[in-house]
Amino acid sequence: MTTFKLMVKIIMTSVLVNNYVLSKFLGICPFLGVSKKIDQASGMGIAVIFVMLLATAATWPIQTYLLDPNGMGYLQTIVFILVIAALVQFVEIVLKKYLPSLHKSLGVYLPLITTNCAVLGVTINNITDGYNFLQSMVSSLGCGLGFLLAMVIFAGVRERMEEADPPKAFRGIPITLAAASIVSMAFYGFGGIVTSLFGE
Amino acid sequence: MKKLKILTNGLLKENPVLVLVLGTCPTLAMSVSVINAIAMGLAATAVLICSNAVISLLRKIIPDTVRIPCYIVVIAGFVTLVQMLMEAYLPDLYEMLGVYLALIVVNCIILGRAEMFANKHNVLESALDGLGMGIGFTLALIAMATVREVLGNASFAGMKIGFLQNFRIPILTAPPGGFLVFGILIALVAYLTRGKAPQRKSFDCEGCPSAAFCRKEQGACGIANETEAK
Repeated sequence: MTTFKLMVKIIMTSVLVNNYVLSKFLGICPFLGVSKKIDQASGMGIAVIFVMLLATAATWPIQTYLLDPNGMGYLQTIVFILVIAALVQFVEIVLKKYLPSLHKSLGVYLPLITTNCAVLGVTINNITDGYNFLQSMVSSLGCGLGFLLAMVIFAGVRERMEEADPPKAFRGIPITLAAASIVSMAFYGFGGIVTSLFGE
Repeated sequence: MKKLKILTNGLLKENPVLVLVLGTCPTLAMSVSVINAIAMGLAATAVLICSNAVISLLRKIIPDTVRIPCYIVVIAGFVTLVQMLMEAYLPDLYEMLGVYLALIVVNCIILGRAEMFANKHNVLESALDGLGMGIGFTLALIAMATVREVLGNASFAGMKIGFLQNFRIPILTAPPGGFLVFGILIALVAYLTRGKAPQRKSFDCEGCPSAAFCRKEQGACGIANETEAK
């Protein structure tokens, strides 16, 4: 398989088939918490793409060149979460100082992302899937795009849902989860698309 | 008596999954089968008890400004321990839990209990709270997994249930079923308690363990609440 074809396959898989939110259940908190308005949802999605790419760019070399050669692979969890947390704080400080306009639109979402399981999940999955650096970056981009897509679609659904009048016990969280279930069902339909397009 | 109350608090009154609605990611992902649910619940309980106890021991040493990173390091340490033990002694379960085992680090139940309980109480109380919350988490996971496995796969903990074989609802074991069953269970709790339980009402920042941290940092919570007010 050519490199380009492989990249397209990785992106298609992570955006549509193995969507991080809707089929792997990672990053549910921001997905349900910050999806009331479409503009907030897209801001959060873009911030997540940004952090996922940065986190992968930092953690992949650490695992490959620092932990694995020294037989310290078991420190993966501790090192990754610390690197991600430090990175997010650092990015926030840099944005605040040098790019205040970008900080205004993205910075507010950054503290929420530190303990977002989608970011930690994507860095760990890139290692367990045995991707090289380029493939890891592409896979992170795909996961981030999938997250953004799911957020924006779901925010659209929720804006419509506000006018609905569910039974009392279903108000709030339960009806939101039921709506998420329907959006997830839509993505479930993409199941066989990658194998039918690219073969096994 | 007070100790007993701390222990039972997490089981029903403040059940982390069905009342506080924390830790949604592992709940949805690991409730496909009862065995998965038990394994995930026990792993999280072990981490919860140990991290609560250690954080309570260190509560006077950790400076207030850097407490969240400190908690994360303690939790990540115990998660690594559990990972290594499971890989050595329960390799099948280790494979089954996969990445979700490492993701116990960012489970908001654990960080939430550290922030809300362990840094204000002594070691014994904190460990008991961890045990209660852990059992509450495990029971909620088992309840959800039972619904999904029995109706979706016509089996219970791997044993086939004969008469249900022709009435399976496979979508319940798929991701959409997870969201749906979780929503219905929370609605059921709201209905049975007639709204008297201190149940979390929405996915906004109330009840989120990192809310205090975010607000102080003028984070997304501040923004979400501002737009709400308008």
